[in-house]
Amino acid sequence: MKDLIHSSLTIEQALFREVIPAGDYWMQEVKAGQTIRIVDLEGNQAADTLFYNAQDHHDRYSAVDTLREQGKLYLTSGSKLYSQNLTHLLTITADTCGRHDTIGGACACESNSVRYPLEKKYMHACRESWLLAMAEAKGDWDKRDLSNNINFFMNVPVTPEGGLKFEDGISAPGRYVELVAEVDVIVLISNCPQLNNPCNAYNPTPVEAVIWEE
Amino acid sequence: MIPLPEITSDRFRFQERVPGGWNWSHVMKRGTTLRITNVEGKANVSTLLYNSELPVERLNIPDSLKAQHTAYLTAGHTCMSDHGRVLASISEDTCGWHDVLTGVSHRAGMEEKFGSSGYAEASNAWPRNGYDSLLVELGKWGLGTRDMVANINFFSRVSTDQEGGFHYLENHSSAGEQVELRAEMNTLVVLNTCPHPMDPNPDYDPGGILLEIYSSDPPSTDDFCRCSCDQNRRAFHNTERYFL
Repeated sequence: MKDLIHSSLTIEQALFREVIPAGDYWMQEVKAGQTIRIVDLEGNQAADTLFYNAQDHHDRYSAVDTLREQGKLYLTSGSKLYSQNLTHLLTITADTCGRHDTIGGACACESNSVRYPLEKKYMHACRESWLLAMAEAKGDWDKRDLSNNINFFMNVPVTPEGGLKFEDGISAPGRYVELVAEVDVIVLISNCPQLNNPCNAYNPTPVEAVIWEE
Repeated sequence: MIPLPEITSDRFRFQERVPGGWNWSHVMKRGTTLRITNVEGKANVSTLLYNSELPVERLNIPDSLKAQHTAYLTAGHTCMSDHGRVLASISEDTCGWHDVLTGVSHRAGMEEKFGSSGYAEASNAWPRNGYDSLLVELGKWGLGTRDMVANINFFSRVSTDQEGGFHYLENHSSAGEQVELRAEMNTLVVLNTCPHPMDPNPDYDPGGILLEIYSSDPPSTDDFCRCSCDQNRRAFHNTERYFL
């Protein structure tokens, strides 16, 4: 794993900060040059995050394009996040966790009914949060705007034989990831409410979003 | 490699040859199977799947991977939608590994590799890219950029080392290699035969494919794909409910 990169930004200089409770959602524009930090306040939480080019939100974060362009599976400091049309949206500039997943996707009631017993369908899920955020957002947003997300603080390793599993988290209280926006971006976070997965110790906890000016 | 048994004439519906660098789509009816043959062993087939009745329901690679604990697809796996249903099962596969992690080629990458010649310079031999090719084919069904999601690259293999580094395997597939997609819903299949984005071949030389569609039996209670894991059993349960 890469060395952890700490930020030089101080919380006193921040433009904005907001705690996102477990199971809640947050949608906000981050301007080009601004930095957004997502803090795992209590450890091993999953912040399911989507990014959109604010000039054209149909041009959205693409996991497969981002991974192919960097030639490796995990996101950490130095990772450039690309849209599906290869717009460079953001760069990860600091990371005290060390590894973030972008192939595991987000939970949904429907996928819960597949991964877990059928009756687990009726539990709050990330895609329920995202759809509500989109319904409330100004402009033309709908389910087609849900693409493959980043799971900040999640650890989903792939073996050379092609196996995949959700491992216990490698995050801890106070660990964070920081990204600088390369263009104006819209950030949509679902603070994951999943209760069926040991990776968060079956205990969803809050995360914090902090924004700094250039 | 042992080729799959020949399709009997009573089941056969139609076939089509798609040259390298081209796009194709079709609504696969539930109860039919698409056999894709990598005729010369050079093809990469970038594929997307949609519920043709409501295409907002579409292939979801992350849901498919985490349910089946796999980072690639082969026989026995299912291609799940974001509604927890099976759009298509991989009922047969002679190849063993199909990439789902690295997306399609783009215009910029193709120009970097093969120069910027277009139709005006090269006529129909111009180097086509996977992204534009899928957008064109999606457009024929009223779909577009918002409907573009992570795809399958049939006949291509990218493995991951212990540190997470990707490795594209050259000559992964050989001539005659076959994979079958059995439609479990009325599934819009959109595909193209542009080169894999990580293919290091300095020449633009995409391989063509043979597509054959035939009638297949509904998946039995002991079907290989249905029974390969409990997650697939539940996804089939959700799918069969959709048609009640």
